[in-house]
Amino acid sequence: MSTIAEYYFGLPLLLRMVLQGTAVILVLFPAAAACSMAERKISAWIQGRPGPNRTVAPFLAWIPGISILRNLGLFQLAADGGKFTFKEDPVPGHVNKFYFILAPIVSMIPALTTVAVVPLGAYISNGQLLPIILADVDVGLLAVFAVSSLGVYSIILAGWASNSKYPFLGSVRASAQLVSYELSMTLSVLPVFLWINAPGEHGTLNLFDVVQKQSGTGFAWDSVWFAAYMPVSAFIFLVALFAETNRQPFDMPESEADLVGGFHTEYGAFKWSLFFVAEYCHMIVGSGVFCLLFLGGWNPLPGLPLALLADWLGIAGVPLLTGLLGIGIFAGKVASFIFFFMWVRWTLPRFRYDQVMNIGWKKLLPLAIANLVFYALAIAVIQK
Amino acid sequence: MTDPRDLLFSLFAVFTVACALGVVLNRNAVASALSLLLCLVGVAGLFALLDAFLLAVLMVFVYAGAVVALFLFIIMLLDVKGGERKPFGAATVVAGTLAVGLLTTGVLTVARAATPAKDAPQLVAQNFPKLKDYAELLFTQYLLPVQVVGFLLLIAMLGVIVLSKRHEGLEDIK
Repeated sequence: MSTIAEYYFGLPLLLRMVLQGTAVILVLFPAAAACSMAERKISAWIQGRPGPNRTVAPFLAWIPGISILRNLGLFQLAADGGKFTFKEDPVPGHVNKFYFILAPIVSMIPALTTVAVVPLGAYISNGQLLPIILADVDVGLLAVFAVSSLGVYSIILAGWASNSKYPFLGSVRASAQLVSYELSMTLSVLPVFLWINAPGEHGTLNLFDVVQKQSGTGFAWDSVWFAAYMPVSAFIFLVALFAETNRQPFDMPESEADLVGGFHTEYGAFKWSLFFVAEYCHMIVGSGVFCLLFLGGWNPLPGLPLALLADWLGIAGVPLLTGLLGIGIFAGKVASFIFFFMWVRWTLPRFRYDQVMNIGWKKLLPLAIANLVFYALAIAVIQK
Repeated sequence: MTDPRDLLFSLFAVFTVACALGVVLNRNAVASALSLLLCLVGVAGLFALLDAFLLAVLMVFVYAGAVVALFLFIIMLLDVKGGERKPFGAATVVAGTLAVGLLTTGVLTVARAATPAKDAPQLVAQNFPKLKDYAELLFTQYLLPVQVVGFLLLIAMLGVIVLSKRHEGLEDIK
């Protein structure tokens, strides 16, 4: 065990970084694929039908008890993946070929890059809580916003390169929507950072520090999660998150009732599945950011921080186990949040396009500004 | 073995210059805009190598994330084909060469006689300029310039609204 660790830390820094990054992507990518399966199962559950439950590889069918996995739709996931990979991938004749192929590739870049500055958990080493994160930079959340704002290019390119009307309309809608809701989203998180950057402390936008401020023990001021202190911020962020990830009720870009398939009408097979996976990656990372900002990150309960739980379990001295515990709790929160995403999708009807714009500019943005002013004043009074 | 930073610097520098050339030389306006996007990402990478993470992030956030998206938007709305550009004329080539020459002379002169201004903020002296250092300077020493620039932008925005609105009967201006 220790020899592996020694060997690993003997490797050059650049190689280690590449390995860590690859490891995270290797987890995130299948997680996004699993989300698509979960979506099908949850939609089936909400609509009172069994969902995919018949797929099974023939050479596995004789194993007793496999029907449980089959009923969960686990093999459907593999079948879907296989289909998307091996299906013929036609490129329509009227498209702008280079950009048509570029668009789905571009869609993956921001989706997989944002995760670098999001802490995935925390571990305890020598009594100190440290983040598990690829790039521990000061700008933290700003970097997430910056990189995820690049996601709009894949949609613009896809719609434009498809060279037909519905995809173009879809991409124009998508860009307008993404740009509009980015504003409210950014404004909604400012109160959180005003609060944690109290005068005299070192200024930061790091998400790890945000969680540290929600890690109080017992009935302390800082043991309450920010969702309770700043419900309006959390709500605005949540709504904007739905819009930014193009999820129902904000899935204007692909609203199939009026735009066939929106920006990805002309896409099929593997290229289409890349868009799909990118959307789920955005959803996972967005949920993660929400949990870190407003739901206490890797702390299991308000007033019960990770360090205390590790103490109770008697594993506080083992960094590996505390790390796994932290990641597990955080992943659990993210998973339940993704369930919430899907619950909303299969419950609420889609907005009309003018309603989306009205909500964004006339309701959400003024609310976000009012919220910011209110908290700026309140925080100034409290922290004086 | 060379410092990985040097290697990364060379990579980003070549990448940035190549993309900048791409912006100018591409016939297709969409391709030019995308080259500009990559060029800005390269500049952001150079900033990150200088430990100026805030500048790097703002570069991506503001320019790459919003401004170039608007460029693309307008190109596509005006011309779905992506706008083919005419080949360069003689005047353009002369003007371009002149501009490059002037710029090179300017940069060389500055690099030769490089002495930092006396009242330049001492951010570089610290190892990692924190976000808070930027914020403090912007809200104390540079408050007036920030306000003036903000005001200019506001005027520009109002100007666009006034100019782009169709005035039938000139009633709605008042």
